[in-house]
Amino acid sequence: MTSFTVGPLTRTDLVRYQGASGDFNPIHHDEEFARAAGMKAPLSLGMLQAGLMATWATDRYGAQNVRSFRVRFAAQVFPGDTVTCDGTLVRRYTAEDGSPLLDLELTCTTQDGTVAVYGWATFAADLAASDGDAA
Amino acid sequence: MVDASAVGRVGEPFTLDVERGKIREFARATHSQNPAYLQAEDPVVPPTFLTTAFFWQSGASDPWEAVAMDQRKGLHAEQEFVFHGPPPRAGTRLTGRSRIESVTRKEGRRGTLTFAVMVTDFHDEAGNLVATAKLTGVETA
Repeated sequence: MTSFTVGPLTRTDLVRYQGASGDFNPIHHDEEFARAAGMKAPLSLGMLQAGLMATWATDRYGAQNVRSFRVRFAAQVFPGDTVTCDGTLVRRYTAEDGSPLLDLELTCTTQDGTVAVYGWATFAADLAASDGDAA
Repeated sequence: MVDASAVGRVGEPFTLDVERGKIREFARATHSQNPAYLQAEDPVVPPTFLTTAFFWQSGASDPWEAVAMDQRKGLHAEQEFVFHGPPPRAGTRLTGRSRIESVTRKEGRRGTLTFAVMVTDFHDEAGNLVATAKLTGVETA
């Protein structure tokens, strides 16, 4: 299965995500504020990386099929970093109501191999939207 | 310093109108080119879209303020979205309501970590529970 690489991330990527999400914390766009907070530059948003992971997952398993999406933030990401989103199908099963489900484990990794975000997602199994990846 | 007495605090309901243009904007900002978001007449929301509650939830509808996490030591630790069926589509009017579910302390290598969890339920106009968001913040020592 192909991974999804974005980058190098720019300040514009961060600002565009802030505008779309409504999270206007200045640590993500104000150079002076970020430095005063001990950062080397404006910090990327964990939720931007999470959104990129969601893009990877919904491209493969279908936008309408997502049933849960969880992320844990593990490392900081800055403009200039290139991030790669990838994932593995770890389980196929049937819910109590009989509907087929898929569990995925996801990662968002920076160029040096550090995992910045871990993710877990559940999708309704829609064979039409699947790329044929074997469990 | 996190205020543990915030547990149980419930915010006022707030309205989140799921808008097509907002979905397209959010999809582009997360580098999606998926026609299910960018071309569909009534697109579903992307998995993390309900984070846009930032726009509509403030003051009395935002119980997170009662947690009083120190902004210099506070971090977003985890985020979860559960959809109790297909994700909501553009044109849906959601009513969100948040509550502070827990405040817990854990001893870490560099001192005490304090975790706070806020849960937000989103109902549609028929009263069906559509989605639940769970935000976990952590304050470091």
